[in-house]
Amino acid sequence: MSINKSNKSKLIYTFLAWTISSLIFFPILWTLITSFKTEAEAISSSPSLFMFDWTLENYEEVLARSPYFNHFWNSIVISLGSSILGLLIAIPAAWSMAFVQTKRTKNLLMWMLSTKMLPPVGVLIPIYLLFRNFGLLDTKLGLVIVMTLINLPIMVWMLYTYFREIPSEVLEASRMDGASIGEEILYVLLPIALPGIASTLLLNVILAWNEAFWTLILTAADAAPLTAFIASYSSPEGLFYAKLSAASAMAIVPILILGWFSQKQLVRGLSFGAVK
Amino acid sequence: MMNRLIMLACGVMTMSAAVANETITIATVNNGDMITMKELSSDFTDKNPSIELKWVTLEENILRQRVTTDVATRGGQYDVMTIGTYEVPIWGKQGWLTELDKLGASYDAEDLLPAIKSGLTVDNKLFAAPFYGESSMVMYRTDLIEKAGLKMPKSPTWDFIRKAAKAMTDKEAGVYGICLRGKAGWGENIALITAMSNSFGARWYDENWKPQFDSQEWHDTLQYYVDIMEESGPPGSSANGFNENLALFQTGKCGIWIDATVAGAFVTNKEDSLVADKVGFALAPHNNLGKRGNWLWAWTLAVPASSKKSDAAMKFISWATSKEYTTLVADKKGWVNVPPGTRASLYNNPEYMAAAPFAQITLDSIQSADPKNPTVKPVPYVGVQFVAIPEFQGIGTAVGQQFSAALTGTMTVKEALETSQRLVERAMRKARYPK
Amino acid sequence: MATTNSRTLARLMLFPSVVLLLAWMLVPLCMTLYFSFLDYNLLTPGNNEFIGFLNYEFFLTDPAFITSFFNTLLLVGGVLLITLGGGIGLAILLDQAIWGRNYVRIMVLAPFFVMPTVSALVWKNMLMNPVNGLFAHFADWIGVTPIDFFAQIPLLSIIIIVSWQWLPFAALILLTSIQSLDREQLEAADLDGAGPFSKFYYIVLPHLGRAITAVILIETIFLLSIFAEILVTTSGGPGYESTNITYLIYTQSLLQFDVGGGSAGGIVAVIIANIVAIFLMRLIGKNLED
Repeated sequence: MSINKSNKSKLIYTFLAWTISSLIFFPILWTLITSFKTEAEAISSSPSLFMFDWTLENYEEVLARSPYFNHFWNSIVISLGSSILGLLIAIPAAWSMAFVQTKRTKNLLMWMLSTKMLPPVGVLIPIYLLFRNFGLLDTKLGLVIVMTLINLPIMVWMLYTYFREIPSEVLEASRMDGASIGEEILYVLLPIALPGIASTLLLNVILAWNEAFWTLILTAADAAPLTAFIASYSSPEGLFYAKLSAASAMAIVPILILGWFSQKQLVRGLSFGAVK
Repeated sequence: MMNRLIMLACGVMTMSAAVANETITIATVNNGDMITMKELSSDFTDKNPSIELKWVTLEENILRQRVTTDVATRGGQYDVMTIGTYEVPIWGKQGWLTELDKLGASYDAEDLLPAIKSGLTVDNKLFAAPFYGESSMVMYRTDLIEKAGLKMPKSPTWDFIRKAAKAMTDKEAGVYGICLRGKAGWGENIALITAMSNSFGARWYDENWKPQFDSQEWHDTLQYYVDIMEESGPPGSSANGFNENLALFQTGKCGIWIDATVAGAFVTNKEDSLVADKVGFALAPHNNLGKRGNWLWAWTLAVPASSKKSDAAMKFISWATSKEYTTLVADKKGWVNVPPGTRASLYNNPEYMAAAPFAQITLDSIQSADPKNPTVKPVPYVGVQFVAIPEFQGIGTAVGQQFSAALTGTMTVKEALETSQRLVERAMRKARYPK
Repeated sequence: MATTNSRTLARLMLFPSVVLLLAWMLVPLCMTLYFSFLDYNLLTPGNNEFIGFLNYEFFLTDPAFITSFFNTLLLVGGVLLITLGGGIGLAILLDQAIWGRNYVRIMVLAPFFVMPTVSALVWKNMLMNPVNGLFAHFADWIGVTPIDFFAQIPLLSIIIIVSWQWLPFAALILLTSIQSLDREQLEAADLDGAGPFSKFYYIVLPHLGRAITAVILIETIFLLSIFAEILVTTSGGPGYESTNITYLIYTQSLLQFDVGGGSAGGIVAVIIANIVAIFLMRLIGKNLED
């Protein structure tokens, strides 16, 4: 009786969960499907979910029209580069905040986060002029620097909440054994905090991959990542739903796959110490 | 299939790895004609093996932001920029563009249509070469107008358009009599409504740069626009720009569409347009005041003063805007797809005139547009569907938002015009006009 | 001895990130502050003379300013409301025993990875378009007039799109938090005869407190500068109905190229952001304290 009842509620919950999550996922699914349609089918007034002539012509056309792999490579370099550089700066900072706390630590953290609230467009011209003067326009290095700085506060915050969960006795024990601070971080802290560091890295790769303001304004041909690739399909002349879908799919699928594979890590990292 | 994809990918990779002495970066819009230019550019690199081309293809608004920021700060990221007839005179005057004096002996600049060329010349120096030029015209569905028992005159009045649009509308069947731009933007709804307002006798400013939105002429224009769209327009028109309307027309949802002449080639193209063989063309409407509501625009190629490779850049511009390029496109894509509206010789070519049913109307419209005297009354500015002052992008877009609010009904026509008047007065005060 | 040593070291290690962030914040900020007092338009090069507070006066008296200020609040508040409400619901649902939970979670998480521009383009063209969009087809199919999203409910449409992007984030953090809830507490409540509502209100919700504050904090940071979604869909219109502060500054900086005016707007936005930050700090201070 009771098993029966719980099975029944499991069925209902399963149905509900699948319905809602399918609805949430639907726009992405629809984009993927549309990318395999012809332009005429994509705009047809009686759209079909699966029953149409699947075609790769949109992908072929998009690949022929723009240097997708260059953009793709730039996206990888910029997002990975900035995340790694960011980690190198953020780990020491988070360490000192977590283990050598002062009265000002909290304020410092909040101040760091508040720098993220600066509307980028308000400081556009100054940054542009600086980039021009340092010869950083349209270079991957320039974008790596910008992305690092943009995401640094989030990185420090995430790592800080991670490090705080590590009992300081562990570190003290190693110090008793005569380890230097560098060794302490490298051999004791990092291995323990590895999951946290990985999720910080992941989140920042995603944020940098999707950033579409600076990447559009500071690049031209050489360093332009996938956001610029999308901008060349956003509203061209004529029918464009299918080509737009193909381009969108090519821009989001890599990061989608990465995200799915690492979702457990990511969720832990995202919770900012709020979940214990 | 997969093999072809891989080959394509490899092709793209190797292309960028090729050795060349000089690389020029070309910024361009993602319009069909420019995509064709990029596709055919191997013809240029074959002839000039020492020059490598790098392309930046972007949506119009993003492109404009990028090239404007670059040219104004002398960023030097681009060697060839695709800009419009709005930018050329302003930038030319600022000294931001290099004079195109090395286009080669065979370029034949005299062949360029005077109406277009005059807008690209500052102090007798040519600062940009037109890639394609356009005016606006009426495109309509011959089958629907016949069904409605009407006949489109060669030069219709606004009254007739309204009557015809109403008669062609069949909302049940998803057919809307009129499609007009409604998306806010100085290059979107403002282009259309400003050109329209000229034929109603309205103007942006009087001779002393005083905004004129409180005039009866503007009220009539906007009222007409809102009324006809309410009667016969499609839903969602406040988000429709050129591209959205093109998609609507191509899928058979519009009876009449008043927009750029370049659309002629797209709506008659059998591959993309479901109504390709049922399209007729007419001149832009008028209101018996002696001015027709047609605009004048050209996408042009120019070399920013910050470019260090201006010789190679000019070589490319000369190639892309030459008569030979026209022939090349005709060979590869057919005559109907050549970039229109820049050279008189194209309109003397019987092959082109036979292939493009909209050619004569395009030529007539371009030649009849007068940027120096756009409307009935005298104005202090140059430009038909825009005002060629640097502040116009911002002002035009802000006014465009008011007009789109009037279109959706969140504001009345009167409110939209009053707000526009206040807003433009403010902006002019800030920019310290009259100068 | 060891402590002074490690304190010095701690300062040293904080140094790079603090200096970098300071530079990143202060250099452009000082330049912006300086520009905001100049008559500086990129398109009309002149001598950029000093004009005092004129730029601020124009920005603050802009007819769009008040509207966009409230739109900013509505946008942030609306998205927070939807993502938190929906997120709590989803988290409770996903916490139940269901078949294929991993697949469900993957589907729910997906929107978070989509570029904001892409999601705005997809929603605008393929879903919300009143003629060719899927919602319109669906409305036709069931026989009602399609909603003209960006004309009739522009701000709400943007809130919907942005909420779609941020719902996964909220849902998953809340789910992790719910999963750490002490089951015995719930069972004890069951024995006391507590209904599902009071269980939720007295046990689950307080437990979620910290997770909710984390969601509010992070989302607010990102939502204050929402911009791409507005640019792609409504361009801030019709009228000013979907203009927020960031978008207003954008029109000054990248449409009018009025560096002075845009800078003044930037400074105003920074002040607003700081007020929000102080407010959040109070909130977090209470809730994230050990």
